[in-house]
Parts: sequence; structure tokens; C-alpha cells
Amino acid sequence: MPSQARGAADSDRGGPEPLSPGRRAEVLRQSLSVGIATGAYGISFGALSVAAGLSVLQTQALSALMFTGGSQFAFVGVVAAGGAGSAAIATATLLGIRNGLYGLQVTTWLGARGLRRAAAAQLTIDESTAVGMVQPEPAGRRLGFWTTGLAVFVFWNAATLLGAIVGNALGDPKQWGLDAAAAAAFLGLLWPRLRSGEAAGVAATAALVAVLVAPHAPAGIPVIVASLVAVVVGLAPRRKRVAT
Amino acid sequence: MSLWTAVLLASAAAFATKYAGHVVPGHWLEGPRISRVMALMPIALLAALDAVQTVAGPGGRPVVDSRLAALVVAAVALRVRAPYIVVVIAGAATAAGLRALGLP
Repeated sequence: MPSQARGAADSDRGGPEPLSPGRRAEVLRQSLSVGIATGAYGISFGALSVAAGLSVLQTQALSALMFTGGSQFAFVGVVAAGGAGSAAIATATLLGIRNGLYGLQVTTWLGARGLRRAAAAQLTIDESTAVGMVQPEPAGRRLGFWTTGLAVFVFWNAATLLGAIVGNALGDPKQWGLDAAAAAAFLGLLWPRLRSGEAAGVAATAALVAVLVAPHAPAGIPVIVASLVAVVVGLAPRRKRVAT
Repeated sequence: MSLWTAVLLASAAAFATKYAGHVVPGHWLEGPRISRVMALMPIALLAALDAVQTVAGPGGRPVVDSRLAALVVAAVALRVRAPYIVVVIAGAATAAGLRALGLP
């Protein structure tokens, strides 16, 4: 674990006060449980990826190098459906845009430079950002980010290997409901974001657009077309109406 | 394009996106409209992906099968605040169970 409290970087970021042992244990418990829970579903990624036609090594490369679950599932989903490599890249990249936004926030907690900044960037995903964000004090945010990011990275990659190898032996992943596991996993990522009526409306519209476009476009394109719903709604002038 | 090329290019793009967030001046994305688009983007993408993952059949045509039942079970699990891993396993178990019974 990279030391989360490098004195020099702390000076202008709320001070270098160390965490109390109790708070430290609390943050570590959160990080580890998120790391294990999220990492474990790397098994279904590994199995699905191999079933989609990627080699074990290619599957592992995605988990280590791409390291962002939604984009990885999207990538192998496009490949499984026979989509072009360019469509797989585009879908995965669009889905990863949120990581760039997380980075804007994360960088203000860490103040990391050079290789540490590159490592922090690679670990900037939903879970590490989320656990960091909910900590009240700067040292807690740093510890939460680094430990969650590293825990997810380790468990996700180990689980990917297991899924890729066992997945080969299991045969059709559909028999084990792994395609449904991916659907449930996406829903689990989406669910906490659906608090507002606008968010639910965007989700429902995007889902409908994707299903309507799917029969008429190569795999991967429907999701990109559906992402325009976010652009249109986001750029539309605010109407002052009852937001339902 | 070979599969390896696609894997490596997509991984490079993923890292570049993450890294950009750490080096881009924060005020670039602070416009209210841009930040709204950025907040809504993952919602639209995840919803679209989930819809395709759940109902798209051969040739992209929509089909109703065990995946839809699994998604309903997952939604119920999320509604009762089940842990993430339980949601994923519940979805997989539902589809696996229904298929073991001979359903599509």
C-alpha cells in the first residue's frame, strides 16, 4: 500500500493529521469489503471474456491495464456479439469517461506527482472514488482511495484469472447465468445513481433507445447512440417545471 | 484490427481518460451544462448497456428470456439493500435456475 500520508503534499490540503487507530480500522474495513465484493465479480468477467473469444492472456490484460469493470464488460460484450474492434474500443472508452471526472476530484485529495499520480490514475474507478469521497477528513479520503483501489485491483485480477480458467472448464456461461450476472452487475452500478426523476428518465429513455437501435446497428453502436440522451438532456435549457 | 490491438488500444484509452482527470485544470469542466452532461453520461450508458445485455438476442432483436427475470430479481435485491455481490449472485442464480428448468 502506498503510504497515504506523505507530509509534503499535505501542507495545502487540510493538514497532515494522522487518522486515529479507530478511524483507520474503520476505513480499512470499508475498503476491504468493497474490494472483495467488487473484485469477486471479476469471476464472471473472466468467464464471459473467454466465452466471447478472448484468450486468457487478453482477458487478464484487460483487467490489469484497462481496469474499469463496466468498460471491460462492454468491450467483451461487443466482441461476443461480433462487433468490430473499433466499436469495442469506442464503447469501452465512452463508458470510461466517468473515470476522468472522478480523477478531477481524486487529484485534489492526493496531490500526487509522477509515478504516484500515474498509479492513482490507474486506480481511479467507481469504488475507490466512492469510498474516498465519503470520508470526512483528508487523511481518511487518501487512505480510503488507495486501499480500496488496491484491494479492488488485487481481487479483481485474481478473480478474473479464476473465471477465465474455470470458465473454460465450465462450458457455456449461460448455463450458470453469467450473462444475467453481468446484467445484474450493471443494474447494481446504475441503481445508486437513480435518485432523481431526471436520472430515472434518462436511464429509461437511454435503455429504450438502445433496444430500438440494437436490431439495426452493429453491436456497440446502440449504447453510443443512447449516450446522446445524456448530451441532449444535459445541454437542454433548464425548464422550471415540476421535476417528477 | 486484431483482437490484441483492440485490447491494447482500449486499455490505453482507458488509462488516458483516467490520467486526464488528474492533470486537467478543474475549471475546464465546471460549466453547469457540461457537468450535467457528465453526470448523466454514466446513467445513460449503464442503462443502455443493461438493456442490451438483458433483452438483445440474435441479430440484436429483443427477446424475453431468463435474463429479464434475473434482472427483476436483482432489482428486488437492490430495493431491499442487499450487498452488491448478493445482487449479482441472485441474478446469476435466477437465470441458471430457470434455464435448468428448461426455459430459454
